[in-house]
Amino acid sequence: MEITVTVNGTPQTHDVEPRLLLVQYIREVVGLTGTNIGCDTSSCGACSLHLNGEAVKSCTVLAVQADGQDIRTIEGMAAADGTLHPMQQAFMENHGLQCGYCTPGMVMAATSLLQENPNPTEEDVRLGLEGNLCRCTGYHNIVKSVLAAASANA
Amino acid sequence: MIPAAFDYVRAESAEEAISLIGQHGDEAKFIAGGHSLLPMMKLRLAQPSVLIDIGRLSDLSYIRDGGDHIAIGAMTRHMDVETSDLLEQHVPLLAHAAGHVGDPQVRHRGTIGGSIAHADPASDLPATTLALGATYIAQGPNGTREIAASDFYQTFFESALNADEVLTEIRVPKMNGAGWSFQKFNRRAQDWAIVGVAAWRNGDQAGVGLVNMGATPVLATSVAAAIAGGASVAEAAEQAAADADPQADLNASVEYRQHLARVLTRRALETASA
Repeated sequence: MEITVTVNGTPQTHDVEPRLLLVQYIREVVGLTGTNIGCDTSSCGACSLHLNGEAVKSCTVLAVQADGQDIRTIEGMAAADGTLHPMQQAFMENHGLQCGYCTPGMVMAATSLLQENPNPTEEDVRLGLEGNLCRCTGYHNIVKSVLAAASANA
Repeated sequence: MIPAAFDYVRAESAEEAISLIGQHGDEAKFIAGGHSLLPMMKLRLAQPSVLIDIGRLSDLSYIRDGGDHIAIGAMTRHMDVETSDLLEQHVPLLAHAAGHVGDPQVRHRGTIGGSIAHADPASDLPATTLALGATYIAQGPNGTREIAASDFYQTFFESALNADEVLTEIRVPKMNGAGWSFQKFNRRAQDWAIVGVAAWRNGDQAGVGLVNMGATPVLATSVAAAIAGGASVAEAAEQAAADADPQADLNASVEYRQHLARVLTRRALETASA
């Protein structure tokens, strides 16, 4: 089935099998490998990206379901000149990553969270990131990063 | 994990969805948000040969005041149920329970109709709408019919929906200021409930729905009867497992589930009675 999606502002048209998962489409067809596959069971959040501006787990969306929709991945967060997105900057400044595997998903989930709740409490951030696991268990600085990004926006 | 191969068709209306399912028969499945069905397909526990995508039926995504009830379109996402001002005002128990489904990413995709039609006894919204005395609207080739939530759930993943029917609307009676509580016991933040309890109380009237306490969501009628008969919360909560036939699994034995149901029902009714 032919699908057309916009990925980080660029329209893409491909013929895909209906069973192709969105995360495989992004990684293997579009060629953007910043979106990671972790658990592959919609538990860990490593594959989070934005579908029409909201974080979703792309291991549990079919590429054909995304036909005609707008997709943003971690590669689409920094500005064209390389200036980091404020959330990426906050993760860097607050040591919000250790091994980095969960980081793209964390950044996408956290930016989606701040769109819905621009001034979260620490508890709001922890609840808002309940769908993202960090196996380094580096949650303390991840939460700190998101709170820093929120206050930088304020 | 890759699902088995299937054909994919997208319905543009409820009528087209019904016609498509009639055409493709038993081997076809509707997909809405896909957050119950796709994980099962990836595990090959479900292998439909045709997926009929009803996720784009935006005319089935709404939350409206129906007078004595709130009408919710089946394709309304959990996130929209959770954040609805209308539900917050008139059916706060349902809005709150929707906020406990999965995690934010799941709630951006999953729909209330998908969750109910999937009829998983471990899901939060079937038991919650059951406790609230909801009515579900099904549309088939010969029109629509109403199905009481208490008649809807047959056994694991089986509902009263016919193969050629699509769930279109959920009607939930307004709570009229009743006290309420949703108790969900699990070990990890985003897990399914090991046991969950959705409860409301208004004077001597009460409704209690149990999550993951058997092959279907369970309406704890013995608890409501005890409250109506003047029993204390503690006495009524002792009846919490009376209508349930829970199973043992990795997380809990039968006895542990029964114990949890009693404890969580007591906590829920204490909050709902305060």
